[in-house]
Amino acid sequence: MEKRVFFEHRLTPYVLVAAQLAITLVFFIWPAAQAFYQSTISQDAFGLSTQFVGLANFARLFGDSLYLHSIEITLLFSALVAGSALSLALLLAVMADRVIRGAAVYKTLLIWPYALAPAISGVLWLFLFNPTIGVAAYGLHRLGYGWNNFLSGTDAMILIVIAAAWKQVSYNFLFFLAGLQAIPRSLIEAAAIDGAGPAKRFWTIVFPLLSPTSFFLLVVNLVYAFFDTFGLIHATTSGGPAHSTEILVYKVYRDGFVGLDIGGSAAQSVVLMAIVVLLTVIQFRYVECRVVY
Amino acid sequence: MVEHRPRLTFLAHAVLILGVFVLAFPLWVAFVASTLSASDFNRIPMALMPGGHLLENYSTVLSQGMASAGAIPVARMMLNSLIMALAIAIGKIAISLLSAYAIVYFRFPFRKLIFWLIFITLMLPVEVRILPTYGVVADLGMLNSYAGLSIPLIASATATFLFRQYFLTIPEELLEAARLDGAGPWRFFRDVLLPLSRTNIAALFVILFIYGWNQYLWPLLVTTDPSYYTIVMGIQRMVTVADATPQWQLVMATVILALLPPVVVVIGMQRLFIRGLVETEK
Repeated sequence: MEKRVFFEHRLTPYVLVAAQLAITLVFFIWPAAQAFYQSTISQDAFGLSTQFVGLANFARLFGDSLYLHSIEITLLFSALVAGSALSLALLLAVMADRVIRGAAVYKTLLIWPYALAPAISGVLWLFLFNPTIGVAAYGLHRLGYGWNNFLSGTDAMILIVIAAAWKQVSYNFLFFLAGLQAIPRSLIEAAAIDGAGPAKRFWTIVFPLLSPTSFFLLVVNLVYAFFDTFGLIHATTSGGPAHSTEILVYKVYRDGFVGLDIGGSAAQSVVLMAIVVLLTVIQFRYVECRVVY
Repeated sequence: MVEHRPRLTFLAHAVLILGVFVLAFPLWVAFVASTLSASDFNRIPMALMPGGHLLENYSTVLSQGMASAGAIPVARMMLNSLIMALAIAIGKIAISLLSAYAIVYFRFPFRKLIFWLIFITLMLPVEVRILPTYGVVADLGMLNSYAGLSIPLIASATATFLFRQYFLTIPEELLEAARLDGAGPWRFFRDVLLPLSRTNIAALFVILFIYGWNQYLWPLLVTTDPSYYTIVMGIQRMVTVADATPQWQLVMATVILALLPPVVVVIGMQRLFIRGLVETEK
């Protein structure tokens, strides 16, 4: 789809794209190229000598048990966040699709957490689960569970999963609700006439018809859990205790800015770029086939 | 619904009310905490009804910040966040409108290449190119400045695509008519395209304002001077004050102040917000 009519000015289009192009080149393309370059060099701690080491940084990375551990943690974290945020949002959306009275009010009261930064969400839950004064931690102590997210890696992981998923529910809710409302009523009515109850209708008609939305949201949620949760980790657990919540984006920051390991951090950047490219490609492939469904 | 099932409708309401409650609970506790005094936190469990120190706590953080954390007044951090969010939102919209206009309405060498260069930025969030980007900004002397906080974030493939898609749907007769009337490219842009794109611009503005306000990693990297701290990343320093336990009533007052502007924007401009959200994800 291209315009058949257009302006024939020669210089104007370059003036128009100049700002966008300059920023893209200076702050995106150039740093990305640098990351590729730096991932193949090794520098001493004072930056005095630089040496080309080929793929040694990558070999070191994938031989490093801490990095492999970080990959595991990231996969676990993303799966838990995406799983819980998606299922809760779907439940709420199905219910909201059913009610008539107060639907608009529910919608307003369910979407506002989208506006919160992940770091803010983290601080809110950190406060609730604070081992000494937190309300939720108090409740758990009363139930006999000695909650302490500063000492227990499992508790810290549960904390960040809850904080990350809590914020994401409202986003998923909006898209699921839109997806549900786009399903033709006639299909549901036909099934009801044939005697299918609400549960049967959901699993055999609604859920399959929602699968494009679900798949799209799955990718978005994975991207969110992988990349947008840096602030959440940094503001709450700082990767601790004992690396138990050190997901990949946190590790790349920590190794680069705290550990000053330029080659290692750059190699991690390259790995992360590969992951984003993969997820973006999947998402775009899906956008193509969504129309077919 | 297709059939009348009062019990299911009741269940739906119950689940929704429970959902609303679970989503709102952390916010309520934070609000309550922001109205208590420091000594109230010695009582375990903490009260769940607001105390009487609301004005005191909020005026303390707004005018002084948290002295023990060496932080600046929260009013200043909010101003920084506001400047950054507005600069990012307006900057992104401006450069995306212009480049989408060039890509759709002009034919010129390297058009495809430029389009792909912009497209690639989708795959390069700050998080993945963190150290080199910091290096570039440091070399340009943009650390600790509003320019450093906002300019590196204003290139955006999503906004450019959104406007490109929209421009492609605008009937070609408009351009033909404008050209017959002797309008040049700037005239056509200003008098035809801009007014037509008004709703899209507004919807995008809502999304981008929230995006800009909620930035965390970037301000953390480029600001070492506290007077450029933004509120969302400034809170972290309050939580992790090394010398003593955090003063939760002040931290929570700051949290409420940090989340209020974007939440007000989302609720107040709900229609635009939802439109923007759905459009940018296409």
